[in-house]
Amino acid sequence: MNDPLIKVEGLSKKFCRSLKRSLWYGMQDLGNELVGQRHGGDGQLRKDEFWAVRNASFELKRGECLGLIGHNGAGKTTLLRMLNGLIKPDQGRIEVRGNVGALIALGAGFNPILTGRENIYINASVLGLNKRQVDAKLDEIIDFSEIGDFIDTPVQNYSSGMSVRLGFSVAAVLIKPDVLFLDEVLAVGDIGFVIKCLNTVRRLTADAAVVFVSHSMQFISSFCTRVVVMQRGETVLDSLSPADGIDRYYGLVKYEKQNSGTGEAEVMELDLLADGTKVTEEEPSIRQGSKLEAILRVRVDGPRAGAEIEVFIHDEAMAPLIAIPLHGADSRPLRLPAGEHVLQIALGALDLNAGKYSFVVSVTDLKTSVSLVRAQGLRPFRVFSDRTQWGRIVRPAVPQVLTDGSIRSTSD
Amino acid sequence: MSEPTVVIYTPDSALSRPLVMVREMFRDLLASRGLAWRLAVRDIRAQYRQAFLGVLWAFILPVANAAIWIFLARTGVVAVGDTALPYPAYVLTGTMLWAILMDAMNAPLLQTTAARGMLAKLNFPREALLVSGVYQTLFNAGIKVALLVGALFWFGINPGWGFLLFPLGVLSLIMVGSALGLLVTPIGMLYTDVGRAMPLLMQFLIYLSPVVFPMPKAGVAAALFQLNPLTPLILTTRDWLTGYPPDFLSYFLAVNVVAFALLLAVWVAYRLAMPILIERMSA
Repeated sequence: MNDPLIKVEGLSKKFCRSLKRSLWYGMQDLGNELVGQRHGGDGQLRKDEFWAVRNASFELKRGECLGLIGHNGAGKTTLLRMLNGLIKPDQGRIEVRGNVGALIALGAGFNPILTGRENIYINASVLGLNKRQVDAKLDEIIDFSEIGDFIDTPVQNYSSGMSVRLGFSVAAVLIKPDVLFLDEVLAVGDIGFVIKCLNTVRRLTADAAVVFVSHSMQFISSFCTRVVVMQRGETVLDSLSPADGIDRYYGLVKYEKQNSGTGEAEVMELDLLADGTKVTEEEPSIRQGSKLEAILRVRVDGPRAGAEIEVFIHDEAMAPLIAIPLHGADSRPLRLPAGEHVLQIALGALDLNAGKYSFVVSVTDLKTSVSLVRAQGLRPFRVFSDRTQWGRIVRPAVPQVLTDGSIRSTSD
Repeated sequence: MSEPTVVIYTPDSALSRPLVMVREMFRDLLASRGLAWRLAVRDIRAQYRQAFLGVLWAFILPVANAAIWIFLARTGVVAVGDTALPYPAYVLTGTMLWAILMDAMNAPLLQTTAARGMLAKLNFPREALLVSGVYQTLFNAGIKVALLVGALFWFGINPGWGFLLFPLGVLSLIMVGSALGLLVTPIGMLYTDVGRAMPLLMQFLIYLSPVVFPMPKAGVAAALFQLNPLTPLILTTRDWLTGYPPDFLSYFLAVNVVAFALLLAVWVAYRLAMPILIERMSA
């Protein structure tokens, strides 16, 4: 009974960088198609072409959810579009069994002049449903979309959130697919609506084979039973452990080291100790919860009264996440004289969410506050966790179960 | 539940399995009816809801065209040959029928281009766009025909029993127009040149068809008029409407047979072209 619903074998697709040439290749392909020739030629790239998807293979059964992750241009959406039959593969074969549903172009076919109610029928028929089927569920759709009285207002007067909500509602209430394709659709509306969408998608995915494209590792982590990581069309990892896939995905993020400041100081080295052992890999993947220490070697040029050091941890988008000001025993900023210094810094338990991080070290003159050096993108590392959580910082807690209902202060 | 549907996508051309292709074509055509209707209603509603003059736009252009020619002929700026019908009736039927043909011809490219966004993201029977275009052409043709019949009545022209055949003439105009329009659609989707060149070409063709001028009796013009496959369509349909015996009936039938064959062929081409076009237009 549980045969694969999606079978993909050696699937490849070429794209062309130049528009003019792309159109011309389109004409050639058109000609070939009309004389009954195979699409994609002999597997050679023509000028300006590249592999948008290269040799992808997988099978998916009912109840499985495949997450496609990778950076922009990795080929995820192209792969999804081939699965959906929108574009023709250049090589390979796809077999899809059963009803196909897609939550991709929400509100496709909406006409801005017409009312929400009219557009529900249009959208539904684009999805292959007839009037009778919509009539039966119309109230449910309107209810789900939270559009309320606006349902009889032209869609052009809707906020963008409202029309996406309406689009999602039509699809979500009406389709019951065996094979479901999802492309970045969960980023709709406010958080209340997102939760509703999540529940709906969970209901749909329970009984279908799902291919899910998202940049949100939280969604990937919580929905997927399997992850394919793509980079420039190639499948770099196909894993039954979403955590491994996510770790690999973060591994594809590349940092550039960047130094700024007057150059009167230098960050010579930054080493990491995880649970007391020196981390040797160039880009380590460290398990969440490990005890982390940093060994920092800096040189401060003199003569000067002193320099102050701050350490930061930035996320993969280079947004600052943790500030670690270095203090002396007196709880005042540490004052470093000119010369070379080696500092061992305890960073505590690694409580960052799964992801990719790097250090930033900043050395400033104590007196003038002039930046002597600011080194960015230092010692990149990944945090590995079985579950990507909905927070930047992850602090599991073991609650005390209160039996008599009284609250005791935990400090005594 | 019935046997689950299995879809297979490969690089092979659909032409390599013609029987499967034909079966899928008619299955999709059947499946597209509901959507086509819905899209047609959507477009017609939106068009007329946003226009103050509403459905009048269906015939303002051909009527204005006719008015210009009536003016030119009356004032003698342009010498128009003799017509069996009163000239105003001749030119009005001509421009109206021509407008129906134009509508039909423009519809496939227009509909497909307008649906780009949907095509690039959703899988639905592509035939729906074409059928929707035909529905809209029919709707607009209905308005034109109603006006035309009213005008002829006013001119005191009695169509007689030939009028019963007139709808066939309109349908064949729409069929021929659709076939020609569909023929250029695949290339028109890639290169916008096609969409721009079409009105130019048709502007030229209108003067080689018995739309505003009567059939010339001799010379190069007569030969060109006779060669033009649109001539028998316009003439026969007009004859049926105005109660004259059609002169070009066999040519009319031949054009229809050829156009029907062409329509089937370009339908195949359209289907085959779609995935390739979608790939190029979203790239």
